[in-house]
Amino acid sequence: MQKDKAIVLKVEDIHKKYSNVEVLRGISFKIKKGETKVIIGPSGSGKSTLLRCINQLTIPDKGQVWLEGEEVTHTKKNINQFRQKIGMVFQDFNLFDHLNALRNVEIGLIKVKGMGKEEARQKAIEELKQVGLEEQAHLYPAQLSGGQKQRVSIARTLAMDPSVILFDEPTSALDPELIGEVLEAIKKLALKGMTMAVVTHEMGFARSVANEIIFMEGGKIVDQGSPHELFTNSQHARTRKFLYKITELYGRSVKEK
Amino acid sequence: MNGIYFIKDIVLPPLLEGTWVTIKLLVLSIPLGLLLGILIAGGRVYGNKIISFLCATFTIFFRGTPLLVQLFVIYYGLPSIGIYFSPFAAAVVGFVLCSGAYHSEYIRGAIQSIKSGQMMAAEALGMSKFKAIIYIIFPQALRRAIPGCSNEIIYLVKYSSLAFMVTCIELTGAGKIIATRYFRYTEVFLTIGVIYLLMVSVVSKLLSMAEKKLKIPGLG
Repeated sequence: MQKDKAIVLKVEDIHKKYSNVEVLRGISFKIKKGETKVIIGPSGSGKSTLLRCINQLTIPDKGQVWLEGEEVTHTKKNINQFRQKIGMVFQDFNLFDHLNALRNVEIGLIKVKGMGKEEARQKAIEELKQVGLEEQAHLYPAQLSGGQKQRVSIARTLAMDPSVILFDEPTSALDPELIGEVLEAIKKLALKGMTMAVVTHEMGFARSVANEIIFMEGGKIVDQGSPHELFTNSQHARTRKFLYKITELYGRSVKEK
Repeated sequence: MNGIYFIKDIVLPPLLEGTWVTIKLLVLSIPLGLLLGILIAGGRVYGNKIISFLCATFTIFFRGTPLLVQLFVIYYGLPSIGIYFSPFAAAVVGFVLCSGAYHSEYIRGAIQSIKSGQMMAAEALGMSKFKAIIYIIFPQALRRAIPGCSNEIIYLVKYSSLAFMVTCIELTGAGKIIATRYFRYTEVFLTIGVIYLLMVSVVSKLLSMAEKKLKIPGLG
């Protein structure tokens, strides 16, 4: 895992405005290979918009995104080529409701990557095993619990062999007792060296998994640093206040490793 | 007894011939109408401004005017600009255009009821918008549209009787001729009613079987 530590994702000076609200006001950061970057901040601070600007589901007004040295923004290449390499996991899962778990994982392989049916099936089963759901392969989204749905969606993303995965509040829509299984799956990925950007309010998770935490507010990066720096002696009063509030809200006794 | 004999030997043969024409009209009009409805709905939701406008205009026109008027224009009107249809073809064209307009509204509603996250997730996987529509949106939307479209198909079975007005002799037309010849309207049209009832029952049954077969847990 400790190879060259190449920069996988570089985001530079991203701006986005909706009518007259400036949602993003110049965001820049880099993620190196195998790094997990956790993005935190109050609601409406532009975190989700930022993630969507990375894979161009939202087109930023200004700024560039680079994936493995290639510019994603203003590209002549088909954006879908990049999107295959930038996985995305959504807050409300967005599993394809008409397909069972297995077909949800397969469909990108077959219809986007052009993989043969048999090969795609094998790979899909493999990915479902990774998230502990091979038994549920034939169930439809409506027959799965929230946590299971999110794990299927992680498997669907992993199947595409992405260079980086963006998680947009992956546990915010889950019942409290289901959050653990999803965080566990994401942690496993981090340990395996997957490159990830995770927007979350799970501070325990952020603390134990992040290489670096970015604190966003009002469309800007207010603070960033290692979990230790941010949680114990942030230089910014605003960060301290936010972290205090959120740990208060979510309970202090979060498990930490 | 005379009545039974009259219906069985005099009325039924031409009516069955007419029924066969009705069935042929329906076998062509139902799938083509549905296909047109899908195209119009797709164009309306996903087309650019011009396509979307044209599709909306089409729907306004064909939903907003009586089918009978449409059939008259197609069969009696269009020859004046050099377009000729046989009675059968004119009826099929009219039915496809009219039922397409109705189907398109059911399907458009169904497409718009699909959560935007479905398209977003498909695009995030690297799927082109077109592929996402074909493989993700339509399979869900069309399932949701089945009850509405079934309704329209059942209407079509019945309003196919208007084909008679452009001299395409289908079930109702055949009945009108035989009834007039023998001046026995009651027997003839009651028989016709029973035949339509049978056709509608068969079609409803097929549609509900299709709906069941295509059912997916949690969808619809």
